[in-house]
Amino acid sequence: MATFHFELVSPERLLYAGEVSQVDVPGEEGEFGVLAGHAPHIATLKPGLLTIHADGGPQRIVVRGGLAEMGPAGLTVLAEQAIPVGEIDPAMIAQAIRDCEEDIADAENDMSRDKARARLEQLQTLKAALGH
Amino acid sequence: MPSLKDMRVRIAATKATQKITKAMQMVAASKLRRATAAAEAARPYAERMERVLANIAASVGNNPGAPRLLTGTGSDRSHLLVVCTGERGLCGPFNSAIVRLARERANSLAAEGKHVKFLCVGRKGFDQLKRQYEDLIIETVDLRAVRQIKFEHAAGIGQKIIALFDAGQFDVCTLFFSRFRSVIAQIPTAQQLIPAVIPAGAGGSDGAVYEYEPDEEDILAELLPRNISIQIFRALLENTASFYGAQMTAMDNATRNAGDMIRRQTLTYNRTRQAMITKELIEIISGAEAV
Repeated sequence: MATFHFELVSPERLLYAGEVSQVDVPGEEGEFGVLAGHAPHIATLKPGLLTIHADGGPQRIVVRGGLAEMGPAGLTVLAEQAIPVGEIDPAMIAQAIRDCEEDIADAENDMSRDKARARLEQLQTLKAALGH
Repeated sequence: MPSLKDMRVRIAATKATQKITKAMQMVAASKLRRATAAAEAARPYAERMERVLANIAASVGNNPGAPRLLTGTGSDRSHLLVVCTGERGLCGPFNSAIVRLARERANSLAAEGKHVKFLCVGRKGFDQLKRQYEDLIIETVDLRAVRQIKFEHAAGIGQKIIALFDAGQFDVCTLFFSRFRSVIAQIPTAQQLIPAVIPAGAGGSDGAVYEYEPDEEDILAELLPRNISIQIFRALLENTASFYGAQMTAMDNATRNAGDMIRRQTLTYNRTRQAMITKELIEIISGAEAV
């Protein structure tokens, strides 16, 4: 199977760099899979699971906020926060959900309330996906 | 003329000081290693971010509806200077070099009749600036309790700056910090944050036409504030590395200086001691001759 270059970076470190066959990215407007030779594309991310398909089985990483860029050189994901599923702390997601609920309560107008609601839904989906 | 006992006490005190500076130098060296590793780990993200931003800005940049964080407010009457310094001293000229650069900029802006405001990150810079510009400092951020700088700290500062910008408090924002070149060279640097500076030639070189999801404006609106946080994060990490570099050099100098002092003091001590012995001998001999 054709492979392409993939990089996952968070502000604090470079989490993954190497050749992969497929990456599933949680895009803001829907999840999508990226294969080699994908058209140039830039998409924002929602909190969710990013799955890397490479030699040695799939690897799952929780990402929160950020941007995916597919260029001729390959796929680059700039995540605001990225934590491998094995290292994730359930309390952290619970905290994020609580913060989000507070945001809904404090929202000043409909637009920001809708935004916070959508975020809450995404976080709950993520929580369910992780099985906590 | 100090007595021999006084001199012994002085030598012991200098030796104790030397032990402390030596220990501080070693601590700084080990922390420096961690700090440079952190600064290097943050570099790929900032570089990729710059590239993506340049790509998008190239396609949106000239639209009239482009975000103000990118285009600016159209005036440059009031400036915000964000001065990032360390929380501690004993690091040679590290803090004062950053403050001096910021002060020079502030004075030259003031001479052009522009308004200047300060936002201080780090206690030392605040202490030095408040003597002269007390009423111009609008915010201070204290990172004293922070052991390891995380992205959240930088994001917090970024949000503060953006809130001030949205409130119309300033038109141009410049960040002052110290770039880490090597252990002996830390370069105080000024970097413009708002309006965003897109490095020439960074984008569009591959000629790819990107599809955007959601559209360019939305991505840009999300990307620009994040870019500011990233720049601040990078500056803080560079600053931490520079701080330990400067501290290591300063403490190395102090240790060497203490060594010199001990040598000089011991020499004087021994000379005085011998002079006293000689004097006593002369007294005894001349006494014996007189008998």
